[in-house]
Amino acid sequence: MFNFYGDDISAFQIISLILYVVLAPFAGGLIAGIDRKVTARMQGRVGPPVLQPFYDVGKLLQKEAVTVGRGAQDFYVMCCLIFMIIAGAFFFFGFNLLMVVFTLTTASIFLVVAGYSSNSPYAQIGAERELLQMMSYEPMVLLTAVGLFMVNGSFNVENIIGNEVFSLKFLPGIFIGYLFIITIKLRKSPFDLSMSHHAHQELVKGLTTEFSGKTLAALEISHWYENIFLLGFIFLFFANGTWYMAVIGIAAVVVCYFLEILIDNGYARMKWQFTLKSAWIMTLIFGGANIFVLYYLRGYLWLAA
Amino acid sequence: MASYITKSPWIIHYDGSSCNGCDIEVLACLTPMYDVERFGIINTGNPKHADIFLVTGSVNEQNIPVVKQIYDQMPNPKVVVAIGICATSGGIFRECYNIVGGVDQVVPVDVFVPGCAARPEAIIDGVVKGLGVLAEKQAALAKGVRDAEVPGAYKYEEAAEETAEAAAEEIAEEAPEAAAEKAAEERKEEEAV
Ligand code: SF4
Repeated sequence: MFNFYGDDISAFQIISLILYVVLAPFAGGLIAGIDRKVTARMQGRVGPPVLQPFYDVGKLLQKEAVTVGRGAQDFYVMCCLIFMIIAGAFFFFGFNLLMVVFTLTTASIFLVVAGYSSNSPYAQIGAERELLQMMSYEPMVLLTAVGLFMVNGSFNVENIIGNEVFSLKFLPGIFIGYLFIITIKLRKSPFDLSMSHHAHQELVKGLTTEFSGKTLAALEISHWYENIFLLGFIFLFFANGTWYMAVIGIAAVVVCYFLEILIDNGYARMKWQFTLKSAWIMTLIFGGANIFVLYYLRGYLWLAA
Repeated sequence: MASYITKSPWIIHYDGSSCNGCDIEVLACLTPMYDVERFGIINTGNPKHADIFLVTGSVNEQNIPVVKQIYDQMPNPKVVVAIGICATSGGIFRECYNIVGGVDQVVPVDVFVPGCAARPEAIIDGVVKGLGVLAEKQAALAKGVRDAEVPGAYKYEEAAEETAEAAAEEIAEEAPEAAAEKAAEERKEEEAV
């Protein structure tokens, strides 16, 4: 087909991009619904219907619009949603992984600004905590991208998936580190400091306290988009261009998400100090050591690939 | 467009001057035994996210602004459910010097749940009844009609203002006499010294 600075763009890339933009909210909402159902079962409850997240968002869209701060907060949340979609679009288009990571950061920053803009003490403390959370997970996200680059010789998602190397074999440490910080990103206990899925915490609803109606719905949908490509990262560790590894990759995503739900239900919330320290220690020990070893094995790896 | 509000009613629970009996029962609704999340009900603790306002206990002089504040912060459509006989009429605390009466003295109430304490089944029943009202209000809102101010809902406020005015007048009338008495007392004290 046509050219994109030297790279051929395949029909496959365009199809996966369109599928992502259209289907990710549905898949993300469904995952959220299954999450709530499984959580309820773990607590010995029946739980809501699997489609509950869609009902919630549908309702929020129908509610009266109440905005704090002359509409600024709505604007920031919409920016967050748009950049989240773009970040995921880069990912599913097979574009540069670093681009994905930095666009994701941009989206998160817009969310923080939205929190600050409301002038509510709950939202502001939530925004501060969100910044601390970003500081905790960001190094490991970058190391994940770097690790995948060192093994596959490219930052492009397309090449990482197409490459014959089974990345997890060389990146076990990075994988563990990524699993650790994805708990923060998915807003699971013990790291759901800035806003919690569960009610009745000391910050009311943290960052989202002042959002209501359509704004809250937009935020929810942006989380759905986000979760889909965050889980896509896990897939990258398994993909090596064959169909059976793709199946194993998807199975691994399911297992990892189940683990996250288990952790969510098994832990109370920790303080931000613990979040920051533990995330950086995990990043250094697992991520750093893995990169260090790879650095010395580099010649061997690229020969093998 | 289908109405989703009846499938996803989020709740905020406020304890007026309850004895905590009704509060425990409200919380019991969230436990695995009753599990109201089956109906998509979530206890948000945040008025901006809530659709249903559960009030337990009667309203007293100090929490009138709090109840109003929570009610005003909830986006339309919204429903108020008064839980327990205290929230309905003041209950056994009705005669207390600080009690104003039921929640309906301060904000318009849509559903009253009787009982002391109201049983979890009754509370769930009340919330489900509230869903019907919520659906009606949603339909009205779609046509551009906001929550109508219920006549008489704020009658307490007016009454309180009148009382305060009357009291102020009384004080003003008594003022000269009181001043004379005080001056006399001071003179006595000075003489004693
Ligand atoms: S109705 Fe009964 S149980 Fe409920 S708050 Fe009043 S006194 Fe307590």
